[in-house]
Amino acid sequence: MNGQPVARREHYLNVSYGVKSWLFTTDHKRIAWLYLVSVTFFFFIGGLFATLIRLELLTPQGDLVQAETYNKLFTMHGVTMIFFFLIPSIPAVLGNFLIPMMIGARDLAFPRLNLASWYIYILGGLFTLAAAAAGGVDTGWTFYTPYSSIYSNTNVALTVVGVFITGFSSILTGLNFVVTIHKMRAPGMTWFRLPLFVWSHYATSIIFILGTPVLAISLALVAVERLLNLGIFDPARGGDPLLFQHLFWFYSHPAVYIMILPGMGVISELIPCFSRKRVFGYEFVAFSSVAIAVIGFLVWGHHMFVSGQSVYAGMVFSLLSFLVAIPSAIKVFNWTATLYKGSISYDAPMLYALGFIGLFTIGGLTGLFLATLGIDIHVHDTYFVIAHFHYIMVGSAVMAYLGGIHFWWPKMTGRMYSEGWARLAALIIFIGFNLTFFPQFVLGYLGMPRRYHVYPPEFQVLNVMSSAGASILAVGYVLPLVYMIWSLRYGAVAGKNPWRATGLEWETPSPPPTDNFEVTPLVTEEAYAYDAIEPEAAYAGRPAHV
Amino acid sequence: MILGFPLFPEQASTMAGRVDALFYFLLGVAAFFASLIFFLVVFFAVKYRRRSEDERPKPITGHLGLEVFWTAVPLGLTLVMFVWGALLFFDTYNPPLNAVEINVVAKQWMWKVQHPEGQREINELHVPVGRPVKLMMTSEDVIHDFFVPAFRVKKDVLPERYSTLWFEATKPGEYHLFCSQYCGTQHSGMVGRIVVMEPAEYVRWLGGGATEVSMTEAGEKLFQRLGCSTCHRPDGTGQGPSLVGLFGKPVQLAGGKSVTADEDYIRESIVDPRAKITAGYRPVMPIFKGLISEDGILQIMAYIKSLKREERTQAPK
Repeated sequence: MNGQPVARREHYLNVSYGVKSWLFTTDHKRIAWLYLVSVTFFFFIGGLFATLIRLELLTPQGDLVQAETYNKLFTMHGVTMIFFFLIPSIPAVLGNFLIPMMIGARDLAFPRLNLASWYIYILGGLFTLAAAAAGGVDTGWTFYTPYSSIYSNTNVALTVVGVFITGFSSILTGLNFVVTIHKMRAPGMTWFRLPLFVWSHYATSIIFILGTPVLAISLALVAVERLLNLGIFDPARGGDPLLFQHLFWFYSHPAVYIMILPGMGVISELIPCFSRKRVFGYEFVAFSSVAIAVIGFLVWGHHMFVSGQSVYAGMVFSLLSFLVAIPSAIKVFNWTATLYKGSISYDAPMLYALGFIGLFTIGGLTGLFLATLGIDIHVHDTYFVIAHFHYIMVGSAVMAYLGGIHFWWPKMTGRMYSEGWARLAALIIFIGFNLTFFPQFVLGYLGMPRRYHVYPPEFQVLNVMSSAGASILAVGYVLPLVYMIWSLRYGAVAGKNPWRATGLEWETPSPPPTDNFEVTPLVTEEAYAYDAIEPEAAYAGRPAHV
Repeated sequence: MILGFPLFPEQASTMAGRVDALFYFLLGVAAFFASLIFFLVVFFAVKYRRRSEDERPKPITGHLGLEVFWTAVPLGLTLVMFVWGALLFFDTYNPPLNAVEINVVAKQWMWKVQHPEGQREINELHVPVGRPVKLMMTSEDVIHDFFVPAFRVKKDVLPERYSTLWFEATKPGEYHLFCSQYCGTQHSGMVGRIVVMEPAEYVRWLGGGATEVSMTEAGEKLFQRLGCSTCHRPDGTGQGPSLVGLFGKPVQLAGGKSVTADEDYIRESIVDPRAKITAGYRPVMPIFKGLISEDGILQIMAYIKSLKREERTQAPK
């Protein structure tokens, strides 16, 4: 106990060895590693598709790949990145690893279900990879009907089956988190003592549970129409193509919040730690997560302003879309206010967090343009939209994900990464990202439509700028992969709390024992008690004032 | 053009300036808040940088007044954006009554246009400057989207129904026409040009193909060739209802409901006549689905629209 070095302390990584000990584990920390390895794999697959897209767009002509190939590239880029990287990334890796530790539990409520979720995710991934290997799919990740259900002659059914299956992994993970957060909090861990990371994962889990089944239904209907020739979405057979868009966006807009809410949770941990201050307006940050999850279900129609839905529906969805922007603004203001009169250090995770605020601010503010009916008519389906959602889903979400991975890396591995390289990577990613995606706002307002293989020559300069930025961004994304792997063997040994952070996960040794805690912690303090007392003293498990 | 490429698209319609004005307003608001946040983050990060490892900043748990302030101000600003944007949007839905109506049929991967005077174009659309133009659009296959950046207009074009879009060009010239809803392999090849001409020039252009038959005449011929005229007699003595003065008027249906005879209703009554039966008539009309092209339906539509009540004497023989 007390973290004094024992010759060979047993922890979750060395408790057993061998492939079987990993593939049959029910330890949430090991399952987090299974996810970490698999989402990293899918991230680089998706990145490969993106690289080919950016290379093709260097010239206005279609000279690198055929139109058909280009359409498959952007489709598989979207499908891979959204369903197999972004959605599982923070929840399934960091959420899995941290939620039980943050609330003082030994594991998630359903450890075997947790492992099953990973297998379901992998099964879905294999279907999708098989679809790619069999020639790919060209519908766009949005699978709009009747193109996807009738006209496309690519592997649509195989792909939607893959996404359908993977959806169940999300549903089960969400269920596991909700039950765990409700039932397994340590004594004294009241709702308002929960770290904000847990609040945002709670909100995310609600979306997982309520939204994902609708995606499953809509994709199943596409497969049914395609395979059995039933007229569901095809108007030539009495179906309604707009019905698909309604069903699809009913899930896929909340899915955007699935991708960003956990990131907001990470940022709410990093900023207090590296400012050594409580989060400003804890309740407002906590409830804004819930507000985003709830209002986020009511804004799907803003993807359909020019689709032919009624003009009044458009107005209602526009108003609601403005409302959902408010909780995000509240979070940004509160994070910024947390810095005020803090003690701010520039450790790598903090650089990622500050970068997140910058990119999220731009991404959020440009969302207002899209919610504005009169402007959306012009920018809908152009590169303006591409730039906007990449600022949120890549700029912000990946920034938060990497910030979180760096922050909890010593806890997960017991090793420190190289601080210098990590700061450099954060900087390169921030700069590379802006160079890649900022020009796309201009391109979009100029009118360049998305999903264009060939484009008018006057758009070339901005496209070349974007591709050049992407090459810098790629370097930024490869760097952490290298120095993180390097640190596993050569990194400095981390103590149990290298950042002197609050939170139960820092109260246990790094790497943690299989059961997370040697003694069930007793919580007597609110989260983020960075003031006055040493963080270790905040927990009655080891009272300091004795 | 300082950078060698434009930052803003050309303004060539009455809507363009209005959309841009709203865009500039949002750009101003966004720039203000982005600068504010960037400034505060950098300023705090520098001013309150950690000077010693022993620092214990005083906790600040929050400030209700500030929370209310930074909730209310963005809320107020977004409501302005909402109202302004909604008003603009509403106008794009309501074409002026004097608009020239041009028909557009989209298919993988081309735009087929027919003017009321009968001229046909592919991937081109000639329009006069200074006159509102209303497009009546449908698709033969998947969903497409008619997008003219210089006009700031865009509308999805769906199969089996009509979408409309209107604009009034303000500057002669040639502008891009893009399909902006992904529609398959040659999506990025489904582009064309809009040619905006001086009115006199437009009239000359229209007269260019002297042998063209107008949409209405073509529709009338089709109406007779397909045998529609046998039952839909102008005096109402046939097996089907008279179509004179039908367009835009309410129709009493069997079963008590009533429906306005708009383009979608008329289209449906041609391709699937049994979907809605006019009160007092029997469902005897054959289904024309597959027997008539989208272009043909639009021609018959033009003909039916031309059958005005006061012009009864000029109705078909």
